[in-house]
Amino acid sequence: MNIGNLPFVVAALLVLFGLYTFLFKRNLIKLVIGITLIETGVNLFLVTLGYRTNGISPIYTFAPEAQKMVLPTPQALTLTSIVIGLATTALLLSFAVFIHRHYGTLDVRKVKELKG
Amino acid sequence: MTALTTHAPILLIALPLLGAFATPLVGKLGRGVRNTLIGLIVLAVAGLAALLAVDVFAASGVPTIYELGGGTFTFPLSGGQVPIRILFEVDGMSAFMGLIAALIALTGAFFSFSYWKERSGGNLYFSLFLMLTAGIFGMVLTGDMFNFFVFLEITSIAAASLVGFRIWRKQSQEAGFKVMAMYTLSGLFVLLAIGLLYGQYGHLNIATLANSIQGSLTDMIALGLLLTGLAMKAGAVPMHMWAPDAYGEAPAPMSAVLVANSQASLYGLFRILFTLFGVTISTGTMGWILIVLALLTIFVGVTMALIQSDLKRLVAFGAVSQIGYMLLGVGVGLAVMAARPEYGLVAMQGGIFHMLNDAACVGLLFFASGAVIQAAGTRDLNQMGGLGHQMKWTSIFFAIGAVALAGVPPFNGFASKFLIYEASFKLSPFLAVIAVLSSIMLLAVFVKAFQAAFLGPRSNASAHVSDPSPGMMLPMVALVLVIIVFGLFPGFFVDHIVTPAAKALWDGRDAYINAVLGG
Amino acid sequence: MRGLSSGFGMWNPIAWALLFVGILVVSFIVRSLGNKGYKRGTGQTKVFLSGNDEPEASNGLHVRGDHLYWGMVDGLSAYYRRVRAWHTGILSDYAAWFVGVLALVFVILVLVR
Repeated sequence: MNIGNLPFVVAALLVLFGLYTFLFKRNLIKLVIGITLIETGVNLFLVTLGYRTNGISPIYTFAPEAQKMVLPTPQALTLTSIVIGLATTALLLSFAVFIHRHYGTLDVRKVKELKG
Repeated sequence: MTALTTHAPILLIALPLLGAFATPLVGKLGRGVRNTLIGLIVLAVAGLAALLAVDVFAASGVPTIYELGGGTFTFPLSGGQVPIRILFEVDGMSAFMGLIAALIALTGAFFSFSYWKERSGGNLYFSLFLMLTAGIFGMVLTGDMFNFFVFLEITSIAAASLVGFRIWRKQSQEAGFKVMAMYTLSGLFVLLAIGLLYGQYGHLNIATLANSIQGSLTDMIALGLLLTGLAMKAGAVPMHMWAPDAYGEAPAPMSAVLVANSQASLYGLFRILFTLFGVTISTGTMGWILIVLALLTIFVGVTMALIQSDLKRLVAFGAVSQIGYMLLGVGVGLAVMAARPEYGLVAMQGGIFHMLNDAACVGLLFFASGAVIQAAGTRDLNQMGGLGHQMKWTSIFFAIGAVALAGVPPFNGFASKFLIYEASFKLSPFLAVIAVLSSIMLLAVFVKAFQAAFLGPRSNASAHVSDPSPGMMLPMVALVLVIIVFGLFPGFFVDHIVTPAAKALWDGRDAYINAVLGG
Repeated sequence: MRGLSSGFGMWNPIAWALLFVGILVVSFIVRSLGNKGYKRGTGQTKVFLSGNDEPEASNGLHVRGDHLYWGMVDGLSAYYRRVRAWHTGILSDYAAWFVGVLALVFVILVLVR
């Protein structure tokens, strides 16, 4: 197995751990942590896509001549995704605060007034 | 006028977005100034959407490309152009979705002006509404996959905030958390799929991706992620359970815009299946997956609606069920696309026409429900009664919306459902049987709601109610006019509005690719 | 107006509406040729409830929301018991359904290709 594939494996593991946390944990904050783990895995996957072996940062100023660069587009995608993740996590956590204020509990199995 | 038409795609997104950020500031000057600004913005958006639609439908099959700066698009970048290659590619289907979004935004905004007259927090509410509108237009007009994801997340955040807007009500907070969590989950899987496609081919533009795509294993995994993620966001059973919570807890005008949001995700699904992947995948399999999801959605949606005792949750389950009809029509079209029989195009026309009809009817039902709940003071159907004596016009509008949605002639719901029934019968009679039976059961569901809310003797508790103010009645009248006009002249509208959209998906893949890559 | 045509049938709502109005006119004409010995306000126009009096418009006369279709819901109760139980309000179950459908779609796509 190619050692260069390791970041992809780690990204996949992060997504799987995040999905496990989201499906099987009971505390609302742990669900949000699960979403954050999935997000981290996807961001790692996006950044790793751009890597080229022995590439340098994609900046033209003071770059050495005839040197391979890593792709800059996935880095832009990842930055956008990180900012979106910030907004969604903030919204999720504020909803969790209000749920705790109204229901008195953070157990996802007890926050089920809207059912049926 | 031509400059306005050329720049329409970017203005349709920029105007609501700027309005969303300006509303909290303008709101400090007073409610009248804020309402005027928002009214002007939605009127401008509606006009631009109509202009764009006229322009794109007249171009008969050639998509319109807009690049930033508004110059003519040339594929290798020539000097003097803005070097950002995020394109907006507007073909028949995008323009049609733009019309739907414009209709719902216009009526929703004018209904909201009166609905929020005695309530506080209007500035933030309208700001979120404009952001949601901008996100919906972005999703349907863009030609770039990552741009689609960004607008998808914008609509997710705005929609979840609107669902959880009433922070004093504990069910709203629960619904808001659930909606945000599900939307984020599906958005992350969509991003994973976009990353897979980018890593495989190096492009993010839909047309260039469509040109280079083959059906390898990675592409199939990406397709599975995109299909499930976007179908979940549209509300397909069995991933639909957030939808009644969301539509039921959002403020009444916003439930209609949330339905438009689900239809925009459905548009994304169709764009990916028909244009991005197209003939490189086994369309029979994908079509049958859509058909199975559609049948489940139609049946489970309408049967669950029958046992609800909360009025808005009942209408919400009805809305979920109608998404199934759209999936059924387009799924039948996709399943037979390889052999290209005539009824495939008819099925797609039915499914796509039903998007517009459903937006109008469900919008009308949500507005009427909002008026009823405001008058009765309760949402429970077991405690309402006798409102028809005093709220005559609202009861008539509710009845028209319900009967139209259930597919009773001569309203517009029957026109689109007629196409779906006939075409799906040709594929397999079982599909048409389930569709017709569920339409009848939908009529039963709304008879229950109508009887519980409007019929019966006058109650003492609601002695002081009357029809809502004209500000709330006029958007309902506008939607009733849309329902009646589209019902009486379906042939005209199907030929001029729906067929370009259906043809853009059915055989417009080459035109879509050639518009960007040239020849 | 031309009307809407699927490949197999034709739907012309203007023709339908004209036919509907025509039938209404015919039935109105037939009704107006009616019984001349018909007097309003007497016992001839009261509602017939098997000889009983019409009850007062009190509470309990109006069939409330959930009671209207109880027979149908009761008949389908086997279906409803199961499907309503699936709609727990728990968020983890929503995600479980999503992941389940995702796995199923993957299996179908990889097998068929």
